[in-house]
Formats: sequence, C-alpha cells, structure tokens
Amino acid sequence: MSNNRGEFNSKINSRHRTSKLFELFCLSAVLLALVVLCVLLFSVISKAWGWVDVDFLTSHHSRKPEDAGIKAALWGSLWLILLTGLFSIPIGVGAALYLEEYSRKNRLTTFIQVNLSNLAGVPSIVYGILGLTVFARMFDMFPGEQQSVMTISLLITDLSIPLPFGPTLITGAMTLSLLILPVVIISSQESLRSVPPSLRHASLALGATEWQTIRSQVLPAALPGIATGVILSLSRAIGETAPLLMVGAASFITATPGGIDGMGDILTNPGSLLEVPFSKYTCMPMQIYNWVKFAKVEFQEYVTSAGIVVLLGVLLLMNATAVYIRMRFQNKIQW
Amino acid sequence: MNQPSHNSTKPESDSPGLKQSAPLEETANNDESTNASPKRSLVSGSNFDRSKPDNKNASTMIDVRDVNFYYGDVQALFNVNLTVPEKSVMALIGPSGCGKSTFLRTLNRMNDIIDGTRVEGTIKLENQNIYDPTIDVVALRSRVGMVFQKSTPFPKSIFDNIAFGPRLSGTTSKSKLTEIVERSLQQAALWDEVKDRLSDSAMALSGGQQQRLCIARTLATNPEVILMDEPASALDPASTARIEDLIFELRKQYTIVIVTHNMQQAARVSQYTAFFYQGRLIEVGPTKELFTNPTEKQTEDYITGRFG
Repeated sequence: MSNNRGEFNSKINSRHRTSKLFELFCLSAVLLALVVLCVLLFSVISKAWGWVDVDFLTSHHSRKPEDAGIKAALWGSLWLILLTGLFSIPIGVGAALYLEEYSRKNRLTTFIQVNLSNLAGVPSIVYGILGLTVFARMFDMFPGEQQSVMTISLLITDLSIPLPFGPTLITGAMTLSLLILPVVIISSQESLRSVPPSLRHASLALGATEWQTIRSQVLPAALPGIATGVILSLSRAIGETAPLLMVGAASFITATPGGIDGMGDILTNPGSLLEVPFSKYTCMPMQIYNWVKFAKVEFQEYVTSAGIVVLLGVLLLMNATAVYIRMRFQNKIQW
Repeated sequence: MNQPSHNSTKPESDSPGLKQSAPLEETANNDESTNASPKRSLVSGSNFDRSKPDNKNASTMIDVRDVNFYYGDVQALFNVNLTVPEKSVMALIGPSGCGKSTFLRTLNRMNDIIDGTRVEGTIKLENQNIYDPTIDVVALRSRVGMVFQKSTPFPKSIFDNIAFGPRLSGTTSKSKLTEIVERSLQQAALWDEVKDRLSDSAMALSGGQQQRLCIARTLATNPEVILMDEPASALDPASTARIEDLIFELRKQYTIVIVTHNMQQAARVSQYTAFFYQGRLIEVGPTKELFTNPTEKQTEDYITGRFG
C-alpha cells in the first residue's frame, strides 16, 4: 500500500508544474491578443484625434485634407449592408431551414453541405470576379456602348433599372450577399441544430404542421443564434474591399446613393429610395484604401485614421446590436 | 387524506369506478409529499381493483393487424396483432429494446419523422386505417395525443403551452382559449397549483408538474387516444402516484396506451397488458390474468423478474 502511495505521489510536483505552465501559456496568448489590439487602437485613435468630427461625417471628399469627409462612403456602406442583409437573410435562413428541417439526409444534401463549407473558405476576390461577370456585366447579354434601361412604371414614380447593373449598389450588395451566404447558412444551421429535437416532437405530436412547428417552436428558440451569425457575417461584409474593387465601387464620388442625406430627403421624395440600389456608390473600406494612395501625407496619416475610426465605430455598433438582440430574444423565450 | 387508499377492504375494491371518482380538486390539493403511497405493490390483491376491465363489451378503438416495422434494414416489430378497447388503459411492457416504444409511436405515426422507417400491415383507429394514403397525419396526431418520457414543456408561459394545440387549429378567441386551458388543467389535476401563475414560464414548474402540464397540453386538443411513453420514469414516487391517479381518472373519457418499464405501474393503472419481447408481441390480455396466470413461459419469466 505505502509503496503504491509513493508511486502515485512521486510525480505530483511535476504534474502540478505542467498544469501551471499550460495555464500561463493560455494567459499569455490572451494578453498578446489584447496588446496587439490596444496598440492598433491607440495608434489609429491618436492619429485620428481631432480629425473625426461632425464635419468629417457630413462632408464629401475634397482635395484639401482638412475639408475631406467620409459622407458618401458612410452612406454607401450603410445602404450596402442594408441591401446585403435584405438579400442574404431570407435566402440564408431559408436554405438553413430547408437543410435542417425539411430535407432528408441523402447524397445530394451531403454534397451541398460539403460545398457550403468549401464556399465559406473561398477568397473574397473570387466572389468579386463572380459578381463582376454575373451582376455587373450580366454575361454581356446586353451588348452595345449604351446601357439598356428597363423602365417599370409604379404608382408614384417610374423605376429605371439599368441592364446590366454595372457598378451600382445592387451589384455590390448581391456580390457581398454571395460572399456571406455560406457563413450565414452554416451558422443558422448550427443554431437550428441546437434546438432540442424533443421540442419538435412535442409540437408535431400535438398535431402541428411542419411550418407551425418551425414558426412557433424552432425559429424562436434558434433566433438568438441565427441573429448573432447574421450580424457577425454582415460585420465581415462591411469591411470587405476586394470584391467591391472588382465590381466597381467608385473611387471618388460626391453624391450619396439616391441623393438621400437623411430622413428628410426620404419624406420629401420617397421615389429616391427606389433609385438607391441603382446608384453609383463608394464605401468606407474603398474610401480608406484610396486615401492611403494619396500623395499628401495628411491623407495617408490622419484622414485615413479618421476613416478607420468611423468604420470601427460602425462595426462596434453592429456587434452591440448582435449582443442586444441575443439578450432580448433569450429573455423572450422563457427557458 | 382524500387520496383514495390502495389497501382498501374487499367490498370497496369491487367498485373501482366509484372509488376513484373523488373530485379532482381533492387530489390536487394534496401536497405532493403526502401523496406517496408506499404500500403499492405488485401482487397485493387489492391493487388489482384498478386493473379490472369494467367495460367488457366496449367497442374496439385501435385494431392492429399484422404490423411489421423496419428501421432501414433492421426489423423492429414482427407481425404484431392487437386490439385496444375504447376507454381503457393498455400497458405495454417488456425489456429495453423490445419494440414497445416503437410500437407506441406507430400508433400516431411519430415514426414517420425518422428517416428510412417503413411500416407494413394495418392499424385501424375506429375502423380507419391510419396508414392509408388519404389519412392526414396532422389531423391524426390531434386525435391521437402523445406524452413523452422526458417532459417537454415549450419555453413559453403555462397558458401558451396549453393553448398551443387549440391555436394550431385556428382557435383564437381569448375566452374560448381560457376555457380550454382551465378545463385541461383541471383534468390534469394541475389547475389549483398553477391557476394564479398562468403567465409564468412552464420551465419553472417541478418535474412532476411539467409532466402533468404535458398531459394537460395533450388533453387540450381533445384527443380520443392518449399515448404515453414511460410518462413517470423520471419522476419521484409522489409525482408518479399523481400521474397514475390521473391516468386512472382519464380512462373514463380516453383510450390510453402506456409504455412502462415498471411492472407494478402496469398492474396498478392498466386493464390490459401486452408483453413485448424482441420485437414480437408475446402475450396480451387482461392485466390481472396476465400477471397472475401468464400463458407464455417468457411472460412468466419476465414478470417474475428472471430477466429484463
């Protein structure tokens, strides 16, 4: 017995040491990440200090660094994200619901599943080229120098749709939607999978149809997870530059999409909302990228940093929304 | 207490219906801890008062003919033939993996949602084959309710849980829903415990209350048949006793098929018992006869505890 004890205790100090070492390693990993983030934030914010103000948010680009603003890019990015959300949420959540709730497991769905994971890893520039061919040029189906225009008469106004779409907001939004769809689908599937099957069975056993079960049991339970996945994907989309470079976001533009500068413009001229998707646009990452290429050192240093701070601010707001939605819906379903 | 005693004298035990017809409030008022009846045992005579088929000429509710069931290539049920009279309790017993739960789920087609399952044979519910292509499975499941082993309250309020079934079929009137909720909770002997907190989360109820809530939820769709898959296996003896009393009470209005691992429970609540072994129905008959005088050797071995 005593012999056994000794054997068990012989390595106890080195075992504790190893355990402690591993803890230290993990701690230093966290600290390293934090330090990098702090350095980044500090360098950007210290340069942007005094440059980010209301004028910066409400003026367009100018040759003079002190007059330059991010207005067009800010509006462009916001519209871009709104449209991207409108396209990718119904399609992404719908596809996830089909794959998780309706489809039977067979070779086709396994094939789709594998390809979704692959698509999630495709570089964004590839989506840019896809968007250029499919949306911006539409396979050159509409030849000729002049853009064709399809006019749809609506009640209050005429809607003019350029064909092909060319370098417009809708091209950018559709391209970004394609880019984030795999991630939206996969993360929605994950949250649907985390809904206990017993909930579905109980609902079905009470005589609920598939749709009633999804609508009143599965979706409410999965919503916090789905919303988080969607918003994090949109946050990724708002920072993308490469695909938008391909599909032709404008370098310098001094007009907001649809000419809308605020709620007032929407109220006085609601028709302008319809023009938004077919406007030329730029977005914040593009604007920052272009400022960096400027010769004047003020652009490279300060205006760029100010742009980055605004971009980070919008990102932070979106992530805060994700947290808020998560908490709100988790309170709503009474686990 | 008001709880009907189970070691009652002979003359009383001859009229089980009367004895059990104590008003629901009385059972509901009992504290759960006082409700345990430890004296319930398998063969102590008076326990069998409940198991007596008291409506011998009742019409057939469920008629199962030559049912085979397959999970993919694996056959889980072999040639099952069985009838369940209306307004009675049939217990399905047998060792784990014998197919009793599978059989139970064929009765409301819950097996349909498992990929690669296949049923042969006919199961008639009031002379209508539920596997007929013209049968709407959604309508079938509102006629044949089901209570699961693990209580599965929805993460909603108690009221919304009960109202879920009626709302599915389009009942939106608040007064009608309130009426249904009260009636169902009364029937499930839960009303007095929850009537003041109907808007609270159902997840806050105790395990036994949750299971009675699930029974109430099933009753709210006004089914004809209630299937129960080991409804009390995760509950303490007091809660189990309440569920068993409830089953006995519900038998007056509903046909009940219950899967149980607990043979004492089968003896206490059912009038008929079916013994399954390795996917085959070995023996079925009035509970009292099956437990006191089984005809098959396997049944005898199982109920005397020689295996399973």
